[in-house]
Amino acid sequence: MSDQQIDSGKRTWLIASSCAGAVGAVGAAVPFVGSFEPSERARAAGAPVEADIGGLKPGEKMTVEWRGKPVWIVRRTPEQIAELPKNDALLADPQSKRNQAELTPEYARNEHRSRKPEILVVVGICTHLGCSPSDKFVAGPQPSLPDNWPGGFLCPCHGSTFDMAARVYKDKPAPDNLEVPPHMYLTDSRILIGEDEKNKV
Amino acid sequence: MAAYKEAPADATAAQKLLVWVDNRFPLSKLYNEHMGEYYAPKNFNFWYVFGSLAMLVLVIQIVTGIFLVMHYKPDASLAFASVEYIMRDVPGGWIIRYMHSTGASAFFIVVYLHMFRGLLYGSYRKPRELVWIFGCGIFLCLMAEAFMGYLLPWGQMSYWGAQVIVNLFSAVPFVGPDLSLLIRGDYVVGDATLNRFFSFHVIAVPLVLLGLVAAHIIALHEVGSNNPDGVEIKEKKDAKGVPLDGIPFHPYYTVHDIYAVCVFLMIFTAVLFFAPEGGGYFLEFNNFIEANPLKTPPHIAPVWYFTPYYSMLRATTDLMVNILAAILAIAGVLGIVKGGFGGLGKIVLGVAVIVAVALLKTFDAKFWGVVVMGGAVIVLFFLPWLDRSPVKSIRYRPSWHKYVYLVFVLFFLVLGYLGSQPPSTVGNYVSQLGTLVYFGFFLLMPWWSRMGSPSPVPERVVYAAH
Repeated sequence: MSDQQIDSGKRTWLIASSCAGAVGAVGAAVPFVGSFEPSERARAAGAPVEADIGGLKPGEKMTVEWRGKPVWIVRRTPEQIAELPKNDALLADPQSKRNQAELTPEYARNEHRSRKPEILVVVGICTHLGCSPSDKFVAGPQPSLPDNWPGGFLCPCHGSTFDMAARVYKDKPAPDNLEVPPHMYLTDSRILIGEDEKNKV
Repeated sequence: MAAYKEAPADATAAQKLLVWVDNRFPLSKLYNEHMGEYYAPKNFNFWYVFGSLAMLVLVIQIVTGIFLVMHYKPDASLAFASVEYIMRDVPGGWIIRYMHSTGASAFFIVVYLHMFRGLLYGSYRKPRELVWIFGCGIFLCLMAEAFMGYLLPWGQMSYWGAQVIVNLFSAVPFVGPDLSLLIRGDYVVGDATLNRFFSFHVIAVPLVLLGLVAAHIIALHEVGSNNPDGVEIKEKKDAKGVPLDGIPFHPYYTVHDIYAVCVFLMIFTAVLFFAPEGGGYFLEFNNFIEANPLKTPPHIAPVWYFTPYYSMLRATTDLMVNILAAILAIAGVLGIVKGGFGGLGKIVLGVAVIVAVALLKTFDAKFWGVVVMGGAVIVLFFLPWLDRSPVKSIRYRPSWHKYVYLVFVLFFLVLGYLGSQPPSTVGNYVSQLGTLVYFGFFLLMPWWSRMGSPSPVPERVVYAAH
């Protein structure tokens, strides 16, 4: 074997055909990797959903499912709205400046993070690791919460807290405020979640 | 090709059949290489049974798995009910299911002990580096099997555990969100995720696992087993080339291992019949509630065998990142001052440390948590090159090395306990200390393992017949 002459022409063609084979193998992998992507059906299930908030009383929350995630709609009381600016110093991102493109549409970049001051629409999935926070609307001292708790949400998994505008408090595992999904009002009492004037599905 | 052999004229029918087969398939050769003439050191102690036990548990998992798949439905709307159907309506289904779920925990107990044996006696040292690396690959496959298998019952813990772990991948800079979308196959953990995890759990990963187990054993039988003295028995052979301190695997160690199998099965069946859920550690209580994507259970913890790594993940907060950056900076300064590098080396090291610290501060602590958790497993692969002790076995190491091992094991257990508990401030500080101890044990090993003077290693293994 080793004392044989190397036929460089043959070697060139062996290398070339091996490379061609490798390219073919990569090409064949494309549909397999592609099949990991969400299917057309899953994409279609991402379609917007309508919610009727006519029966929602002040201080109440309702949950609708959009893309398999819980979307909360809260009608805040005037006291809760008045409380919001007082939290600013304790919040990580009171003006919703981080990751605006993904988390906060233009019309929600305000103190109350909503189109109408009293109606809050957010995806109820913690920005830390995806648990769903629980309601802690009642103000005052209670387990796992500070004594001056003004009301908001608590994530049971790793203890992140959010105020009534779903803004995250400082020094918590969650890096960001909860996501405000694209949404718009069809009438005063009907909201379309998943679509707004700019984001047509 | 070997020459064709003829059976002797007076051979029995069975001998003739064996010769017939041996002419077509290396049956006797394989048997001799791996059993009848595989010479293992005669001084094995009880630590050496866990390899065989791991094989036994692997067989239990495969057999019970095959039977579970006959009744299980990998469909988000049917999965939970089909597991309950197995538990209640399929004859014998409950015990098959409990064997599989208890088997998973048993697998990790056995494998953790098997790995600790390697650590005690330096079984990963030259020439057994590949045996160890294949073993670490098996450990990784087992973790993948356990994680994906836990989603299949589609209970609350299945669902939210998978949600949390898959979301970890979205912390990776730049590609993270797309990566987690690719893993889930949907915008949330759902039917698509369940189906692909099922496919990986029953086909893809077991195939890789079996290949790695074969490679692990072939590599081991090529170099021969280590032993509690860390003496190479192949260096002292008799005239026939048989190691003087070796005894054939069969019958000596097959009997040894069958005894261990009996003890193991007594404990295993006791758990199976009296505590199949392991007090909420083997099967968590919340997993008997069907997955609800709109409601998170109040406390999410992984199954016990992942909790040490989960603790390290949770311990990586902004404070921890600052500590890591400080440690890196100190290590960099020490390296520049005392490392004996040339001028260029010092500049390269300095720049590397500055870049590393800058990266630490640039990305979220969440991402570094994922890096720490992954790194805790990956660091095991490098163990053969981290350990620089002149002797293999703990028996001849300086006696204070035993305390180093003890501290490491204690912190590993403490990390495991804390990972199963809800987060707390004190617990978090202890986890941070534990994480530093874990990584310190491995990453400082090139230095501490050389310190102290080992006692002389004997020429032959130490063994007294019972």
